[in-house]
Amino acid sequence: MGDISLPAPVPAPAWPDRFQHVDTLLDAPGPSTDPDFVRGDVVKEFLRNQCKILVIGAGGLGCEILANLALMGFADIHVIDMDTIDISNLNRQFLFRPKDVGKPKAIVAAEFVMSRVPGTKVTPYFGKIQDKDESYYMQFNLVICGLDSVEARRWMNATLVGMVDPENPESLKPMIDGGTEGFKGQARVIIPTISSCYECSLDMLNKQTVFPICTIANTPRLPEHCIEWASVLEWPRVFPDKKMDTDDPDDIQWLYERASARAHEFKIEGVTWSLTQGVVKNIIPAIASTNAIIAASCCTEAFKLATSCAPALNNYFMLIGTEGIYSYTFEHERRPECPVCGGETIDMPVKKEWTLERLIEALTERQDIQVKKPSLSAGGRSLYLQAPPQLEKRTRPNLEKKLSELVEDGDELTVTASSLPFNLTLRVLLKD
Amino acid sequence: MLKIWSMKKNEETAAKKKPKVSAAQIRLQKDLTELEEFKTMTTDFPDPADLLHFNLIITPDEGFYKGGKFLFSFNISTNYPHEPPKVKCMQKIYHPNVDTEGNVCLNILREDWKPVLNLNAILVGLQFLFLEPNAEDPLNKEAAEELRRDREAFAKNASLSMRGGTIRGQTYERVLATP
Repeated sequence: MGDISLPAPVPAPAWPDRFQHVDTLLDAPGPSTDPDFVRGDVVKEFLRNQCKILVIGAGGLGCEILANLALMGFADIHVIDMDTIDISNLNRQFLFRPKDVGKPKAIVAAEFVMSRVPGTKVTPYFGKIQDKDESYYMQFNLVICGLDSVEARRWMNATLVGMVDPENPESLKPMIDGGTEGFKGQARVIIPTISSCYECSLDMLNKQTVFPICTIANTPRLPEHCIEWASVLEWPRVFPDKKMDTDDPDDIQWLYERASARAHEFKIEGVTWSLTQGVVKNIIPAIASTNAIIAASCCTEAFKLATSCAPALNNYFMLIGTEGIYSYTFEHERRPECPVCGGETIDMPVKKEWTLERLIEALTERQDIQVKKPSLSAGGRSLYLQAPPQLEKRTRPNLEKKLSELVEDGDELTVTASSLPFNLTLRVLLKD
Repeated sequence: MLKIWSMKKNEETAAKKKPKVSAAQIRLQKDLTELEEFKTMTTDFPDPADLLHFNLIITPDEGFYKGGKFLFSFNISTNYPHEPPKVKCMQKIYHPNVDTEGNVCLNILREDWKPVLNLNAILVGLQFLFLEPNAEDPLNKEAAEELRRDREAFAKNASLSMRGGTIRGQTYERVLATP
């Protein structure tokens, strides 16, 4: 006795009956199981030896997700995270220890899970999701997101929707998206091009708390107003050419001092260093138990999708734990005008020597789309824009050019027009 | 799902590359090409290949600011339309809702922005600020106070400021449409 230090985690031997409970689900169909479910060794073999799953984010949700997946028997897990470990993560991101502060989350999380769950391979990538291209994402069967940014979700969603090739069922990668905000959370299953995508529901997002600029400039009443004043108005005035780094304690200190002085001037109380950091980084306190619930829901969905042992969530689960525990599940519908998964893709066979003008003519003649005055771009490059005048004039010379000079066979053009309620994707098939 | 996945792998598809178009880009193409034509407003793209950054020139044909030429910069992030465009006035002007740093107090640029709004709405909003400056939401407090107290004095000072005049110690930029 006397020595109470915990032993370092050592690779544990595979324990007997490890999958006893999981196997209960895989050895026999249940009342709602899909008729195509193949019970027994086939499904176990797929789950434990073939299925490759990608986890995006190794933070609050990511740590829970990684542990859950490994214990459920997913054996080939990849994880992407661009962050390093901060001391404030340690209360809930339980794969990290004080000695890991400053190290990449993805790498530490991968090593920890592998050291604790025998037979699991976790491949980390310390970097941004945008560093990887479609050929990378194509290798996975499933993607689970435990992200904290709308932007990253939109990118991942658009990438997975864009990868779908109707000729190739392998290109369809279900995306399970978890999210938490304090005591609230959500888990959803997105089957790209089949169910509602992330972009379809973008207008359901709550607005971030934004104060009118005249209030923060003239009539501050809250400590937050003073902090916003320091970051939105004072910073660009004092440092016109320097971008604020909200991860730099010196920058936060500067904002804190300015905000405190202003609060003092207006007799407002409550400006603190941590509130300053919270406001400028838009930090919402993370709750470990909310992460655990949402991660559990996400991983259960991954398990159901991978094995077909039970019908998957259709398609949106929300949890409100602010007053008691309330949850609701509903089917979020696709939005026909969604810029990511809505709109039609039509194939347009064209001759190589056609000019762009000829293509536009052919497009406007098509009865099935009824488009007037279309604007076209290819991969973000403007081909012909109807307005504003400067851009019209600049892109006008393209009208005379041959299609073979402007696009390649199979390129997808983005067509917008005021007569179209949404955008149209045009796949050009160049013929001689 | 398992059934789909266990089908034969198609290696060719993985190699196929498609150019990436973000939802923000599509939306921006739609917004820009459907901008209404205003005789008092023109857009200018310093780099026409870059639709995310452009300028707006407003030349009001009535009101306090008739005869002026006002320049605004638009910066649109890849998170558009979830986030509103960042709009700044590029000149130092005497206006109740624009401060001397170029910050603009227009509700739909911040607290009332919604993704259903578009660039047209912002253009109309900015134009409106020049026709009807709003003394209730001041960014330049003195200008707002003057507008509330004495519209005639305000009109004189607005006109003086556009000629590059000095008002209460602040010298404003000359912003006349005709040299």
